[in-house]
Amino acid sequence: MDANKNFVVGIFDNEDVLLEGVEKVRGNGVKIHEVYSPFPVHGLDEALGYKRSRLPMAAFLFGMTGTGLALTMQIWMLGYDWPMIIGGKNFASLPPFIPVTFELTVLLAALGMVATFMVVSDMKPYKWPRQFDLRSTDDKHVMAIDLALNAGKSIDDIKRILKEAGASEANDKNFE
Amino acid sequence: MQVVSGVRDPLVTGGKTVHDVSHDISRHVENPPAKSWYLAMAISLAVFGYGLYCVFMVLWNGIGLWGLNKTVGWAWDITNFVWWVGIGHAGTLISAILLLFRQKWRMSINRAAEAMTIFAVICAATFPLIHMGRLWLGFYWALPLPNTFGSLWVNFNSPLLWDVFAISTYFTVSLVFWYIGLIPDFAVIRDRAQVAGNKVRAAVYNALSFGWEGGAKTWMRYESVALILAGLSTPLVLSVHTIVSFDFATSIIPGWHTTIFPPYFVAGAIFSGFAMVLTLLLITRKVFKLEDYITIYHIELMNIVIIVTGSIVGVAYITELFISWYSGVEYEGYAFFNRVQGPYAWAYWSMMTCNVISPQLFWFKKIRTSLVATFVLSIVVNIGMWFERFVIIVTSLHRDYIPSSWTMFHPTMYDIGEYLFTFGLFFTAFLLFAKFFPVINMAEVKSIVRHNSENVSADKKVTEKQHA
Repeated sequence: MDANKNFVVGIFDNEDVLLEGVEKVRGNGVKIHEVYSPFPVHGLDEALGYKRSRLPMAAFLFGMTGTGLALTMQIWMLGYDWPMIIGGKNFASLPPFIPVTFELTVLLAALGMVATFMVVSDMKPYKWPRQFDLRSTDDKHVMAIDLALNAGKSIDDIKRILKEAGASEANDKNFE
Repeated sequence: MQVVSGVRDPLVTGGKTVHDVSHDISRHVENPPAKSWYLAMAISLAVFGYGLYCVFMVLWNGIGLWGLNKTVGWAWDITNFVWWVGIGHAGTLISAILLLFRQKWRMSINRAAEAMTIFAVICAATFPLIHMGRLWLGFYWALPLPNTFGSLWVNFNSPLLWDVFAISTYFTVSLVFWYIGLIPDFAVIRDRAQVAGNKVRAAVYNALSFGWEGGAKTWMRYESVALILAGLSTPLVLSVHTIVSFDFATSIIPGWHTTIFPPYFVAGAIFSGFAMVLTLLLITRKVFKLEDYITIYHIELMNIVIIVTGSIVGVAYITELFISWYSGVEYEGYAFFNRVQGPYAWAYWSMMTCNVISPQLFWFKKIRTSLVATFVLSIVVNIGMWFERFVIIVTSLHRDYIPSSWTMFHPTMYDIGEYLFTFGLFFTAFLLFAKFFPVINMAEVKSIVRHNSENVSADKKVTEKQHA
């Protein structure tokens, strides 16, 4: 059986049932492909065993790039490339360069982080996502279980585990 | 599982379920707009069209068409610019600072407030752009690009240049923040369109949602992005009007050259921004029947922010007067003496009445929970904030150092027309937003609807009473 083709989909009606359900399903040795929710559920990432996102690190690195770029640009342009006498001040004095440095730090951190998020989450305007149940953007939490990764268990076993874990429905979903 | 206080007012009334949220917000996108929408659009476009003619005339003939003279070299253009930038403060403040403080009441108002921010900043930017005349060369004059004069670079010591960076960064980051919030909601509309069999709408909103699928891993990253954007936007919001105030504060004109300007401008900006949010939301809530999502409680909380920031602004006005006397500087003293009882005293006292006295009415619970009173006062506040900028700018300039240069400022039809242009632009953009985009952040409201809705709170109140 190929991976990413045949799934069992459990539907959970609310986030409290879902959080308990995730624990029970994983406790029964079933591997969860992913859970799709209409809104962020707090604690779901830990229940599924996901590691913390490293996006803050990306934001910091992009921000530092912005700081460096802004300072280098201003000091080089006004200090070395074309020094101008402005009110008799130093050619490259730091205080007036702070506002632009701050703004470019924020700009690069924000844009860089969002771009990283889009890339790692594979978000593109021309992409149709794989949808297990259309209600996952409305009011249901949808747990997808890949049969290929749970070869030891039969479809009926998985459905039974899902129902026992609190799912209101357990459906088949096959792609292609 | 979160615990919600039974004594706090519910944030969503009417016993809504999660599905109700999708339905109530999406249907405005799915159904054709009401007649009132077309009427409002027609008025906005008419105003926009007249304004466009005035802008065209100014670009064709030059800014000599404005009422500026050699003494008053800055008037309505910069007044309107600062006014619009100020209005543009509320959206990102609501979505960023209130997110960091975990204020859940932001959730049903942040979307519309951020949209307002973005349109207000666009309106603000038109004034310096048009002032440049050949605005298509604006990039060369305002950005550090290599050019054929040397390269002669832009002056990084100038607060006007800081403004370029501050406003464009603020605009970009606010736009990204707003769009990130919209992505999951576009996916809601896409999936409803799929269920309804509307393929075109599904394809359009799928593209807008960047193929959102809403997996737990994506939500985890999404929340991380939202939190950091909020953290980045918080100092950014405060920096924008600080830097706008530097345009004045770093000059040596009496009445402008004061260190109080940055906090005073930021407070004023939040004050006028919240007033504009109230004006727009009171109409939106009525037209789109969103009374269960934007409740009296939300309006009351926004009115409290108006009392706080209005009082800060009042203290700033009085501090300015005190310092002008206490400093013993003759020119500074005269600038304020002239404001209070000179030829523009009517503007000064309009500002004082609208900004300092009128928001104090919100101390009365009856007034701050009254829709009519809030609507009227929100407009009064924005009139007052326009006068504040007019007073700061024109009264400081019109009495020059040499009495032979003393003059008054009279706006021409082009000054007025350009202001109307931005109104037309603003309302046209907001109406388009209200039609095609979900006006309330569905994903965020859904996350609180089970715990903060009326039913739950009512149950809890009963249980708490039983326990007591």
